[in-house]
Amino acid sequence: MAEASRPLVRVQGLKRYFDVSAPLLNRLLEGQPRLTLRAVDGVDFTINRGETFSIVGESGCGKSTVARLIVGLYRPTAGVIEFDGADMSGFRSRKEMAPLRRRQQMIFQDPYASLNPRWRVRDIIAEPIRAFRLIDGNAAIVARTDELLRQVGLAPADGDKYPHEFSGGQRQRISIARALASQPEFLICDEPTSALDVSVQAQILNLMKDLQRELKLTYLFISHNLAVVYHISDHVAVMYLGRIAELAPTRVLFSRPRHPYTRMLLDTIPDLAMTGRQRNPVAGEVPNPINPPTGCGFHPRCPFANERCKIERPEPLPARGDAPGSAALVACHGVEEGRLPDDVRPLNAA
Amino acid sequence: MPRPPANQPLLQVENLVVEFPTRRGVLRAIDDISFHIDQGEVLGVVGESGAGKSLTGAAIIGLLEPPGRIAGGRVFLDGGRIDDLPPEKMRRVRGKQIGAIFQDPLTSLNPLYSIGRQLAETITTHLPMSEAEARKRAIELLAEVGIPAPDKRIDHYPHQFSGGMRQRVVIALALCANPRLIIADEPTTALDVSIQAQIIALLKRLCRDHGTAVMLITHDMGVIAETADRVAVMYAGRIAEVGPVRQVIKHALHPYTEGLMGSIPSVGMDRQRLAQIDGAMPRLNAIPQGCAFNPRCPKVFDRCRVERPDLMAQGTTQVACWLHAPDRALAKAAGGGRG
Repeated sequence: MAEASRPLVRVQGLKRYFDVSAPLLNRLLEGQPRLTLRAVDGVDFTINRGETFSIVGESGCGKSTVARLIVGLYRPTAGVIEFDGADMSGFRSRKEMAPLRRRQQMIFQDPYASLNPRWRVRDIIAEPIRAFRLIDGNAAIVARTDELLRQVGLAPADGDKYPHEFSGGQRQRISIARALASQPEFLICDEPTSALDVSVQAQILNLMKDLQRELKLTYLFISHNLAVVYHISDHVAVMYLGRIAELAPTRVLFSRPRHPYTRMLLDTIPDLAMTGRQRNPVAGEVPNPINPPTGCGFHPRCPFANERCKIERPEPLPARGDAPGSAALVACHGVEEGRLPDDVRPLNAA
Repeated sequence: MPRPPANQPLLQVENLVVEFPTRRGVLRAIDDISFHIDQGEVLGVVGESGAGKSLTGAAIIGLLEPPGRIAGGRVFLDGGRIDDLPPEKMRRVRGKQIGAIFQDPLTSLNPLYSIGRQLAETITTHLPMSEAEARKRAIELLAEVGIPAPDKRIDHYPHQFSGGMRQRVVIALALCANPRLIIADEPTTALDVSIQAQIIALLKRLCRDHGTAVMLITHDMGVIAETADRVAVMYAGRIAEVGPVRQVIKHALHPYTEGLMGSIPSVGMDRQRLAQIDGAMPRLNAIPQGCAFNPRCPKVFDRCRVERPDLMAQGTTQVACWLHAPDRALAKAAGGGRG
């Protein structure tokens, strides 16, 4: 396959289970069973070069676990992660991984916790350069960090300061500069603006878009904020209880949500345009992922659920009525059987 | 000016100043703000971290953390002054007349007591009820805030509830004594979006049913748009703009409000870039002279750098910005060359 048309990331059948059992002694003495939390339970998607792929969902749906699996902070229980055609699980040693690692970097949610408070900003940013031995000589490294600081909208003089001297937004800029230091192609951003105020969030989102254009970056963007996701993404996957409920191009997902859970999520977006639209908050909460419902995970909260939904787990299938090539994938029996009413929402382009 | 009681606002804050004495001098966290909340009204208070919105709430209910102190101004509840009450009297006001809901429901509940005991304690403190009556009322309250099987859940402990359910318990706790005013400080921030929508709907319904006024403090303009009647936008310890929520969201007068509204991404708006207010809110020890927003303001002019604007009426809105000063408007109308 040609280099350019091959997706940068391909994930297939990705699973990650966590053992959350009580300690061995308690299990033996009190007869407690082993407990498994299926944080990610069979997820497939591909991310094309230069696009932003977002995963949305509520706490505990497994979106951050997917991010950590892809970047290699967790090992998958099952499934394949391919980066630029290379199977990530095929590598056995850090040394073999290093060239691929350099090409992907992560930005975390909390800019207070993700920067070492005892290091100067310049050293924080230079760490990937030193770790991957990308540039030799201190003067050259300083020149490169100056360039990186400017690129994210800070001044070279800021390199001599410590993280506590910066505000949350500036710290997130430092995180981005550090991520860019190894000249990656792929950035995994786990709720990068959730801890920031809206005006600062706008600065960071604008910066991320500018950098994407300049450096031809590919983003995996994890967020619970649908408006942010709408603004930044090309494709969106909606996760619920470790599975993808719906995956579609952004405009398709937001203008014609198929899965009842997606519809519910869209209903929760506050109506800032003050159109007087009535919201119906759906009752119920996300079930405990240690003991998820049988069949479709959403059936206890779903207004359209029937017997089949309680027994048989739906697989993501292409939805009818979309343009070929940009069809939504929906894991819902109701959609497959065509018994859900259509839900078309106009997007007012501004 | 004394008003007839019928039009008297429920809460009247006049020239409130909150200061923090530090070794390096006194920091003014809230600098001379005035506003009012009418009976049964929901006033949203919005602003970024450090704007002073939570401190305003804390000052009103007398829960400022020392060394923070009210250094000036007056607070009236139902015409009676409450900012100078002794702590014991203030405790009676709190809970009975003003309820409070905080961001983190886990820290507002005592983990060692069942929620029934916490509810009953609050009820018997403020209302003349026996233990049995209080328990009955607690069960009713839990049912009202939408907790399933309240007669069983009442004996459970906070850790046995999910985040959304805990926030419902906290709301029940705030409603115990039928207060006239609830101060809700980021009541939905710690919750997931679907739960957030449930809690907002609940808060709206309860306040309508009980005629309770709410001061809703949040950084989330969406929550304000859904819930509030009027909104006050705070910036660096001052109110930048206050007015009917529709008016402020759709036709912001203050450049800060305008920038803030433009910076919020929204579904259906296809923009390559979000409006961006460069820079950050000043620290308390470095608040610029004149209008605190002037270094970031795209429409700044000379007067802004020297003179501090107070709230000026502009239709139904009040705005603290020299762009809307009456003499400037006059000069503009006369085609004069002042601005």
